[in-house]
Amino acid sequence: MKTIIKGGTIINGYGGNEKADILVDNGKVEAIEKTIESNDALIIDANGKYVLPGFVDMHTHLRQPGFEEKETIKTGTHAAVAGGYTTVACMPNTNPVIDNEVVVEYIKSIAKRDGYSKVIPIGSMTKGMMGEEISEMAKLKDAGIVALSDDGHPIMNAGLMKRIMIYGSMYDLLMITHCEDKMLSGEGVMNNGLISTMIGLRGIPHEAEEVMIARNIILAKSTGARLHIAHVSTKDSVELIRRAKADGVNITAEVTPHNLCLTEEIVDGFDTNTKAYPPLRTKEDVDALIEGLKDGTIDVIATDHAPHTKDDKKVPYEIAAFGISGIEIAFSVIYTYLVKNGLITLEDLVSYMSINPAKLLKTSYGIKVGNAADITVVDTNKEYTVNVDNFKSKGKNSPFNGKRLTGVVEYTLVDGKIIYKNNGKFEECNV
Amino acid sequence: MIKKDVLGIRDMSKEDLIEILDTAKEMKKIIEGEKISDILKGKTIITIFFEPSTRTRLSFEMAAKYLGAHFGNIETKTSSVIKGESLIDTVRTVERMKADVIIVRHNMSGAPHLMAKYLNASIINAGDGLNEHPTQALLDLMTIREKKESFKGLKVVIIGDIVHSRVARSNMWGLLKLGAEVRLAGPATLLPKTFEKLGAKVYYDIDKAIEDVDVVMGLRIQLERQKSGLFPSKDEFARYFGITSERMKLAKKNAILMHPGPINRNVEISSETANSGYSVIEEQVTNGVAVRMALLKLLCERRKNNENNY
Repeated sequence: MKTIIKGGTIINGYGGNEKADILVDNGKVEAIEKTIESNDALIIDANGKYVLPGFVDMHTHLRQPGFEEKETIKTGTHAAVAGGYTTVACMPNTNPVIDNEVVVEYIKSIAKRDGYSKVIPIGSMTKGMMGEEISEMAKLKDAGIVALSDDGHPIMNAGLMKRIMIYGSMYDLLMITHCEDKMLSGEGVMNNGLISTMIGLRGIPHEAEEVMIARNIILAKSTGARLHIAHVSTKDSVELIRRAKADGVNITAEVTPHNLCLTEEIVDGFDTNTKAYPPLRTKEDVDALIEGLKDGTIDVIATDHAPHTKDDKKVPYEIAAFGISGIEIAFSVIYTYLVKNGLITLEDLVSYMSINPAKLLKTSYGIKVGNAADITVVDTNKEYTVNVDNFKSKGKNSPFNGKRLTGVVEYTLVDGKIIYKNNGKFEECNV
Repeated sequence: MIKKDVLGIRDMSKEDLIEILDTAKEMKKIIEGEKISDILKGKTIITIFFEPSTRTRLSFEMAAKYLGAHFGNIETKTSSVIKGESLIDTVRTVERMKADVIIVRHNMSGAPHLMAKYLNASIINAGDGLNEHPTQALLDLMTIREKKESFKGLKVVIIGDIVHSRVARSNMWGLLKLGAEVRLAGPATLLPKTFEKLGAKVYYDIDKAIEDVDVVMGLRIQLERQKSGLFPSKDEFARYFGITSERMKLAKKNAILMHPGPINRNVEISSETANSGYSVIEEQVTNGVAVRMALLKLLCERRKNNENNY
């Protein structure tokens, strides 16, 4: 069925910003014109709203297979489209791990059956994410992965990491690295600093991240691998990446909405919903992360959507699970904290949340004639109060619960179909 | 008026502290007199200790009994694999037994805060992880108050493994609120400079730290910290950070020596010094019962005044 998105302001991701109508048919953008009329088209009234390329999350935990009590491909992608995401790349820390083509095929088939958004699996770097033997990367690539990561299990062995980079580069696979020196982070559960000293929780020093980023930069420089630094959180990490880019290293980086908008202060009170890796850092770090986004050091805002059960979090802070469920409010969080405060523009947001991650995952990007109609319509005038009980995700673990945010996702179209409409109507599966 | 729960000294006001210390002074008269009172008649006090303890637990038991309360105790063998959900389930069961006050010790910072969030009973933190040990600090404050006229301008040094010490944290908050100068001393691996941002003075030279102070407080050193590389040996610790009679001479003439116990003799304090005239360690124990009586009394009174709210 034809759909016309009427009267919205389109930010197309190619630098354009115009008020126009979009005709969608056969899953693609058929036309973009000042005015498009049709008698047999479904009309989406986008007057006063922005029409954006659907968001792409390159760091999502869908938890299926293996941890369906935390999330499933169905609930995770439902949450994704509610957040305006049309494509998500899911991390391999499932059970079994995404270290073979069977699991890739399984995820793709469940996504086809149950999924709301598009799903791109990320393969593990090592078998079982054990950090010992390299995974069958070529087979994984053929099965459909475009990136490798051992997610929260950093490769501590530098020799192995180098071999992963050399082997994986034959297949042009993006190396997504969680940078953490486990010997330095130790038993830490929050940022090492004033608050950890004050409330007696063990701290994770910023060096734990920076030491590993520095090592991976050195290895990427020598191997030429495409290195992507997951969830950057410290000021000095930004500086390391900035210097590496200037030095010609093939490196990109991402930051999470919570690391961009919250600081360690909110851990005071022991709310386990504030527990994430990397931990919430200081205001100085947050300022450096924003600066890093603005000057192009950090390319992507990725959610690191990490849903957990209530029981995983209803425990003392030290043993609570790390992670924040955030995919369905990511846009509002970034809009409220960064765009509304004049720190970045809405066009920048589109680059960080849609265009740049799509390029890294080698999927289509931007709104133009002939492209897949993966489109998100947002209303930046509306406000709401976050209520985790309304989350589509099974994970209700958000430190933003109760916070007032601006910017609402009104429609999400995947391949031209309205998969999500605010209030829940028009939801379809089988993307 | 103190809050529903006693979770830490940091969230108490100066007035709360004074009220508790004044009440404890009254309570001490009971201990030193007939040792019987019916102030808490009909009240049920339960201790749940997820970490081994003898003196703190017994101190609470004596406090409850001196005030005529029903008293029960649960000891739960703990390990890092004990999940908090079972923690909440355990204490909910206790609450169903109509406990008015539940006293909890846990090896994880914030565990009593979690319980306080889910329970109607008043929670007293008897030590949580590295965070706070409010009743120890209160008994220390009571002891200092008995020996020194005022907290204002008093110089207190706390020596040892500060970063892992809930006793040090609670004492620091209390002393700073009451107007004392707090010095912290120990090896840098056990004492991050960050403590200066919290209002204390940090010293890595114990001789300088102890100079001219009114109160010297030693902390128990966990010897397993040596294995984890935080200090090289107990001998080296004793030589450079141990409290000796020689070092006590650098303090004020009438300085007092405190320790929460049990002492590793000749490590954090030389045996001779621990037994010397400086030491008020035994008085601390008696005062421990008094401040715990005071807290039980004040919490139960508060509950009575707010009955409709519980």
